[in-house]
Amino acid sequence: MTATPAEATKNGAAWDGFKGGLWRDAIDVRDFVQQNYTPYEGDADFLAGPTERTTAVWNKLLSMFPQEIEQGIYDVDVKTPSRIDAFKPGYIDGTPADHNDLIVGLQTDGALKRAIMPNGGWRMVEGALNAYGYEADPEIRDVYTHLRKTHNEGVFDAYTPEIRACRSSGIITGLPDAYGRGRIIGDYRRVALYGVDRLIAAKEADKARLGEAWATETVIRDREEISEQIKALGELKAMALSYGYDISGPATTGREAVQWLYFAYLAAVKEQNGAAMSIGRIDNFLDIYLQRDIEAGLITEEQAQEFIDDFVIKLRIVRFLRTPEYNELYSGDPTWVTWSMAGIGEDGRPLVSRTTFRALQTLYNLGPAPEPNLTVFWDSELPLGFKDFASKVAIDTSAIQFESDALMRPKYGDDTAIACCVSAMAVGKQMQFFGARVNVAKALLYAINGGRDEKSGKLVVEGFTPIEGEYLDHGTVAAQYDAMLDWLAKTYVHALNVIHYMHDKYAYERIEMALHDQQILRTMACGIAGLSVAADSLSAIKHAKVKVVRDETGLAVDYEIEGDYPAYGNNDDRADEIATKIVHDFMEKVRKHPTYRDAVHTQSVLTITSNVVYGKKTGNTPDGRRAGTPFAPGANPMNGRDQHGYIASALSVAKLPYDDAEDGISLTNTITPDALGRTPRERIDNLSGVLDGFMASNGFHMNVNVLDKATLEDAMQHPENYPQLTIRVSGYAVNFVRLTREQQLDVINRTFHGGL
Amino acid sequence: MAVLLSPEIPVGRPARFGCDEDATTPAGAATRRPIVGSVHSWDLSTGVDGPGTRFVTFLSGCPLTCLYCHNPDTWRMRNGKRTSADDVVAEAAKYTTFIRAAGGGATVSGGEPLLQPVFTGELLHRYKHDLGLHTALDTSGFLGTRATDALLRDVDLVLLDIKSWDGETYQKVTGRPLQPTLDFAHRLADLGKEVHVRFVLVPGLTDDPANIDGVASFAASLGNVSRVDVLPFHKLGESKWQALDMNFTLHDTPSPAPAALTAAREIFTSHGLNAV
Repeated sequence: MTATPAEATKNGAAWDGFKGGLWRDAIDVRDFVQQNYTPYEGDADFLAGPTERTTAVWNKLLSMFPQEIEQGIYDVDVKTPSRIDAFKPGYIDGTPADHNDLIVGLQTDGALKRAIMPNGGWRMVEGALNAYGYEADPEIRDVYTHLRKTHNEGVFDAYTPEIRACRSSGIITGLPDAYGRGRIIGDYRRVALYGVDRLIAAKEADKARLGEAWATETVIRDREEISEQIKALGELKAMALSYGYDISGPATTGREAVQWLYFAYLAAVKEQNGAAMSIGRIDNFLDIYLQRDIEAGLITEEQAQEFIDDFVIKLRIVRFLRTPEYNELYSGDPTWVTWSMAGIGEDGRPLVSRTTFRALQTLYNLGPAPEPNLTVFWDSELPLGFKDFASKVAIDTSAIQFESDALMRPKYGDDTAIACCVSAMAVGKQMQFFGARVNVAKALLYAINGGRDEKSGKLVVEGFTPIEGEYLDHGTVAAQYDAMLDWLAKTYVHALNVIHYMHDKYAYERIEMALHDQQILRTMACGIAGLSVAADSLSAIKHAKVKVVRDETGLAVDYEIEGDYPAYGNNDDRADEIATKIVHDFMEKVRKHPTYRDAVHTQSVLTITSNVVYGKKTGNTPDGRRAGTPFAPGANPMNGRDQHGYIASALSVAKLPYDDAEDGISLTNTITPDALGRTPRERIDNLSGVLDGFMASNGFHMNVNVLDKATLEDAMQHPENYPQLTIRVSGYAVNFVRLTREQQLDVINRTFHGGL
Repeated sequence: MAVLLSPEIPVGRPARFGCDEDATTPAGAATRRPIVGSVHSWDLSTGVDGPGTRFVTFLSGCPLTCLYCHNPDTWRMRNGKRTSADDVVAEAAKYTTFIRAAGGGATVSGGEPLLQPVFTGELLHRYKHDLGLHTALDTSGFLGTRATDALLRDVDLVLLDIKSWDGETYQKVTGRPLQPTLDFAHRLADLGKEVHVRFVLVPGLTDDPANIDGVASFAASLGNVSRVDVLPFHKLGESKWQALDMNFTLHDTPSPAPAALTAAREIFTSHGLNAV
């Protein structure tokens, strides 16, 4: 990947004034950022408000959202399977000749108009179209059911009956076997820094090198993939050209850098309906260009902010066509355009620039919104001005999340970004095979019932006998649970291997992978849900007496608890050690099973909003939870069982070992403003303090909502008054009024930590 | 109102003999008997029980019967859980890493912590010296004479509730006289101990401007009051009164309007105090 001298000269104007050399010779954006960014240690006073143009464009979209919320989707093109260059240029407001967009580009030819992306699976497309009152195009249906195989079809060709049974009983749920897996972050900065031609040349060189290797299956697959990547880069150029931009060379100004980077990202969301389409770590990169223009007197602060505002508007309207069942799992139409920022560099400088502030400022200039999913890598050593501003924004908007830089940096380095909610990866050097999650609470019921499903009575797992006796014995249950988790881990990794083999084969992320190195680290991102229910159930069995209620077929259907038990969420080791052990044990069990493409096993404790669906699919549990009751989200303790405030609760969660959950541990806190202090200044200091304290205690992630319960109740009654009310759920934010009623009630019933 | 408390205030009977000073020496630790108190609960709070994030111990038992009390379940000492100071301090110790990073400390609250002065003193001493935390004592001051100078040496900050300036109103609100609180406030001033004054604004009860002005000028005269919290009356504790089968006489009293709160704070500010 070396540049020829001729190229270096050609890039001279674009790179004028930039320092350093490594990044000139090889594709190395991190080096470019490190050599050239200007850390900013001041406060937020320099920031500019929205321009009239910005406000007008956003208002245009605001006027379209009610129709979208009412109908489920605003519009869809049923005839054009999406590709990078499938659509004519589109603008939010206006025509190619006369429009208001500063940073251009839409997924289709109209704002909020969704595209079909059938490579993931045809059933998902047709199901979604029908759900929103549209008919599928017969010719397209014919293509994707007879002529062109999809990921979904491939997966089901290779699934075992056992995997299918697990899927339908709900012990494994949300698998990306019918939709795009997502959670891959292209290094979109590369397009702006190098231009597309240079990236194509580098890929050609990789391919040539592979031409010398013997044609094993791996080498052949790699060559085919690189060829696809090169084609995708060509389509990216063509798409940009249709908007009037030649991006074959590097960006030369701040505005171009934003535009080039956005085109690259746009290509990804035109091609892939991925569960999470995160954008990476981009603010310090863009800041280098904006700063150069400001210093040269070419733009003002107001203009720099306007580029970022307009870019963020685009990121806010990324849309995918998904079925209502999908929305039940991942509620609120999320796209996880996760934008990672801050943290401390390996050389000790804060990874904070003025553009980091500008990104947060969009929540004021445009009002709160769930996307992009602004994610702050928190560290107590961040500059005070930034800590103050980030805490202020969290308090004012409930729209950002915090993750521990100190836990991630040693593992992934300082050019790390979050995909989706809590999954860290080194940008352009690492990707993951997203694995959704298994239900470890239901697995406990399977252990008790010898593999029979507690709801259907069907035998799902062979080879187990039900636990007998009036009362549950802890030793017996723990041993059978351990064996059940062995079975679950094996079945789960088996399913994931099938899924990712087929996804690579039928729905390969061409453009995203074109913006990765050739040699990358892959992780197999497993996950668990129902941790607090499983831990509390085992704690009840161990510390209290749990009597089993069986139906006439001998199926355990309910439990009576005699006495008290320590619950997870009170910083009480008796319960917290049980939760920690489940996380550790399941990780060990997963690690026993070889993965597709030798991916490294990881695990998350994250539910997104599927905690509601998981709860619905799980019967009465020995902790006293009633059948159908939602689980706590992510790694949260169960609602109402944390008796000593949110900090005690957070410290229980902080005990979960990150080494056994490298794909992230999600904690969501909802705090009333009063519970953070009495004045705005105090609340800012105290929230910063809480984050410092949590991370000092090895806490990984904290979603912070600062809200009154009454506000949410009023928003349920009068959604029209709260078009932008944003709340954090598990690892992402949602527009509250876009949640299902069930989800809204779950959020409201969830522990509110207030002062009394 | 139906006051269910006996007029004889139950006095915490210290389970310990010997003097405070050797409690933390190895010899003292080896021979001393466990110090036990009646504890309602413990909690972590932020920004409401003193600065920052704090480990707050709520002790049971209170000599006052405030009409607006939002924790009437802490009034009776016998309703608390007998807990050793060792156990409470061990619980607090789980949070020292967090609290040191976050900023904050430990607060002994209640009920009225000075109803159990030995237990309270032990907690404060160990919070301060064993755990190295900033300490706060949340008190009405009514039992201020029970706070020894040794106890106060272990207190960094006193959160002093002055519920009213007008003596009659104070008696009406609390069932007790005001003077002991004022005496305690003077003693704290003489010791140069930092104090945050708390004043609950209850419409129709404590909101007479003359009454507020009395508290304000008194607080300003002390010289050691670094902050005044003007707290709006609320009824979130009403269900606790019902659960205890007690009559909540302020059922029809509204929370103060924001303007009234601002006006009350301005009275304090006009005396040169930092009121929030």
